[in-house]
Amino acid sequence: MLYQVRLSVSYRYARPASGGRHLLRLLPRPLPGVQDVTDARIAISPRPSHRDDFTDFFGNPTAELALTSDHSEIVFTATAKVSRLFAGPDADRSVPLAELPAEIAACRTLAPDAPHHFLGASPRLHPVDAITAYTRAAMAGAASTRAGLEALGRALHRDMRFDAGATEVDTPPAEAFAHRHGVCQDFAQIMIAGLRGCGVPAGYVSGFLRTVPPPGLPRLEGSDAMHAWVRVWCGRAEGWIEFDPTNGCFAGSDHITAALGRDYGDVAPVAGILRTAGGQETSHAVDVIPL
Amino acid sequence: MDRRLRPAPGLDGLTADYRPDPGTPDEMMDATGQIRPVWQGFIRHLAGLSPDELHRRFGRGDQYLRDAGVFFRQYSAEGSAERAWPLSHIPVLIDEGEWATLTAGLIQRAEVLEALMADLYGPNRLVADGVLPPALVAENPEWLRPMVGIAPRGGHHLHFLAFEVGRGPDGCWWVLGDRAQAPSGAGFALENRVATARVFSDFYAEANVHRLAGFFRTFRNALQELQPDPQGRVGILTPGPLNETYYEHAWIARYLGFLLLQGEDLTVIGGQLMVRTVAGPRPVSVLWRRLDGAYADPLELDGRSQIGTPGLVSALRNGSVTLVNTLGSGVLETRALLAFMPRIARALLGQDLILPNIATWWCGQAAERAHVAAHAGRMILSPALSTRQPIEDGLPAPPGPLADWLDREGTALVGQESVTLSTTPAHIDGRLVPRPMSLRVFLARTPQGWQAMPGGFARIGRTTDAHAIAMQQGGAAADVWIVSTHPVEPASLIHGRDLQAREGALPSRAADNLFWLGRYVERTEGIMRLLRAHNIRLAETDDPRAPLLAALAPLFRGHGVNPDEGIPRGLIQTLGSAVASAGQVRDRFSPDGWQALADLEKTMRRMAERVEPGDDAARALSALLRKITGFSGLVHENMYRVTGWRFLELGRHIERAAGMAAVLATLADPWAPDGGLDLAVEVGDSVMTHRRRFAVTTSRETVVDLLALDAMNPRSILFQLDGIHEQVGFLPGATASPMPDLMRLVLRTRTNLATDRAETLDTDALWRLRGAVWEISDLITETYLS
Repeated sequence: MLYQVRLSVSYRYARPASGGRHLLRLLPRPLPGVQDVTDARIAISPRPSHRDDFTDFFGNPTAELALTSDHSEIVFTATAKVSRLFAGPDADRSVPLAELPAEIAACRTLAPDAPHHFLGASPRLHPVDAITAYTRAAMAGAASTRAGLEALGRALHRDMRFDAGATEVDTPPAEAFAHRHGVCQDFAQIMIAGLRGCGVPAGYVSGFLRTVPPPGLPRLEGSDAMHAWVRVWCGRAEGWIEFDPTNGCFAGSDHITAALGRDYGDVAPVAGILRTAGGQETSHAVDVIPL
Repeated sequence: MDRRLRPAPGLDGLTADYRPDPGTPDEMMDATGQIRPVWQGFIRHLAGLSPDELHRRFGRGDQYLRDAGVFFRQYSAEGSAERAWPLSHIPVLIDEGEWATLTAGLIQRAEVLEALMADLYGPNRLVADGVLPPALVAENPEWLRPMVGIAPRGGHHLHFLAFEVGRGPDGCWWVLGDRAQAPSGAGFALENRVATARVFSDFYAEANVHRLAGFFRTFRNALQELQPDPQGRVGILTPGPLNETYYEHAWIARYLGFLLLQGEDLTVIGGQLMVRTVAGPRPVSVLWRRLDGAYADPLELDGRSQIGTPGLVSALRNGSVTLVNTLGSGVLETRALLAFMPRIARALLGQDLILPNIATWWCGQAAERAHVAAHAGRMILSPALSTRQPIEDGLPAPPGPLADWLDREGTALVGQESVTLSTTPAHIDGRLVPRPMSLRVFLARTPQGWQAMPGGFARIGRTTDAHAIAMQQGGAAADVWIVSTHPVEPASLIHGRDLQAREGALPSRAADNLFWLGRYVERTEGIMRLLRAHNIRLAETDDPRAPLLAALAPLFRGHGVNPDEGIPRGLIQTLGSAVASAGQVRDRFSPDGWQALADLEKTMRRMAERVEPGDDAARALSALLRKITGFSGLVHENMYRVTGWRFLELGRHIERAAGMAAVLATLADPWAPDGGLDLAVEVGDSVMTHRRRFAVTTSRETVVDLLALDAMNPRSILFQLDGIHEQVGFLPGATASPMPDLMRLVLRTRTNLATDRAETLDTDALWRLRGAVWEISDLITETYLS
């Protein structure tokens, strides 16, 4: 599938900010064999006094910018063409859950894709007993790691209510899980916390969904803003598999990956430190159009 | 028996009941009860001192530490407080030859750590080759992912290290822990030296003890050479005054002539790290970091940090700054790494470690787990990723079989052999007793390689328990003497003069604190003068509702002070604000100035508990006024006329001008009650001058003339504006053309007042004048301090 992706994020400040520094992870990232990205660019208004593009530890294209002049609004617009090559997982080559620890131990590397980064607590995600217990029950009897994660993802899709107004960006997973509600970020974080609690390496994916569904299919939840789902390491042969618990399906040709990390903190589309006194208002707009 | 009549104990008397534990080596006494050769001269000297003489000498050392303002911060459930420095006066003596062997081992260890750092943030060969388990790195919060792949400018990650070492039961030295994040203690070691050298001044001068100053000089030069610009300055980055070792940060800054900086002093512009100064941003390219790595950059590292500099990682990525040590070096302190150090040394350097470290087993591996379970009796279990001292945080085992706990949480645990330390003499209750000791040794990278400080920081246990050695638990600190058989080079301390005279640009935050220190001290004094006048009247009339006292009420209200309290809380708070501002810039103060201010605060708090309004309060306030003018005098007489002093003066002038305008507007108003004019003259400390210049009785004209318009009276408003004009003229950019707004406002306000007359300077005009003074203050802040 070939897509034109456009994301616009704006912040309006109650009092002008006298300066700021931001990290942007707004663009779809190239992933060999999964998606190709061309014509990627970010436009920023007002123009930053300094901009530096680099690739972060997890391989995400990152733009760092500094603003030194007063501004009361800032708008980031990211555009790219994405050719999504990956249509969904094929035959299950994942190992049984019981064999996962040995598989992990056999990976003697700290490369960004190594499972070791995605196993322990990360800054925003700590094990939660209730989520771990739920995960263990959901995965009980699964023949493979992949079957287990699919069972967990579908269980969350069934038991959790999508509610755009129920949580904030920093609501802890334990709280969202206790109420069984939230948005894509909550679904993803709960699933990651549960998997890690059971010794399964799991990471956070930010990205986009196609805005208009293929004819005859329902519109996916979360396509009007940036979306989030989960990647799970299933052993050396299978590698990483992506699952979208908000929509209860594996990520396929309708998903476009922006950034990969341990939790939201690693992939936040806009992270920033601002010199301002007042509050702020944010708006997002996403368009993912098949070409 | 009177202590003074007791004779010196003599050698036998001093050591007769000194009984080290038989299984534990002692620094002073060998297993046969003989004094070791390196100690003999010192112990003979000690034995020749009478108890009185020794007491007097110890007092001399303690007095030095008090005068120098050496303190440490002790934490408890109720918060933290500054405590007097607990010096154990008997130094630890170590033979030069033995020291050379120990430091050779530590220098090798420093090389291993540098190579380990390069591998952890580079190719990760150790993980690939199976030497290091990946989980120890990947799950380690001190392994900072944004630093992976960033090569340090100049090629080295590490420039300053410390090692905690102890002597084991076999008499050999062991490394107890590696300190690579932001090692503290080198400054305290030097203070211990100065104090101890005062106690044993005559002996020390002849004793062939290696001097410490050369080490600091060499390291300072090494840091200077790390920066490409020879005019540039080195900064020392501190978490701020509430940090446990802030004293040392301020001390080093003063001693070595470095800029003392907090995270908010710094900003990154175009990839270059800059200090915000009163003259605009100035580059800084070498930073001695005393702040934990993860807090250093809230944008790319720990986002919760309030004390970091957004963009610092990006400056490192750009290669525009050297951090000592670079961000991420905290990972080297990970306790579980001790289990792997011998293999790491072989893998990276092809060498066996000269010095062993404390025996450690990581319980993430089955064989190690089994070993720990089998020898649980002499093991301490603790968190594998902890970076604290090994002796500081053992974990209690949860209920149930130990093996189950290890199986369940093995990757998070290490077992370490229970520490035993050698003992060294401490002088307690008039005799020498053996106490456990550990040693912190400091290494600095120089162009010629690693160099060890010939001395160190010894911790001395409070009891015979080796685990209660930390100062937080009541332990003491002692000097370490490395003794040569030959005369040593008499390296003198660095002369601070040549360093401090070279003024760099003043960081805006430091200027802001000095400005507010000036304002708060002056405000405190102003309130005290008003309060004294109030209490004198109260004592005379005994009627708190007398018209004159009622007229003063708005002035007190304006300062948040309730004059019915003898020493009001509002006054104490104002002085507290002055102390807090001074605490932020301790590196720019003489210890005397700080002591004077701290002493004033202590006295005021003590008086507040018992002083009654009226006569009692008036007397107490007179005493306090003498103290505060003592502080002002110290600052005025002793502080070098650098830019910082100008901001302090500006703050003082602004506050005095605004305060006097309010006093005159209130008390020289035509409707003010009788006695108001006299009170104004009294508050203006100008009673004698008024008598000399005018008739005995006051009139509105004479009072306004003297306290507002007389350029020769140091209490008048015009005098303050002249002072402001003079100081502003020295500030950066003041002489620019066109004339800057600040200078324009100062000149206009000053000229208006200088050409005014007492008749036209009425109450409204006085309030307007106060407004103009505040406007000057705002403009100073806007131009230089934010």
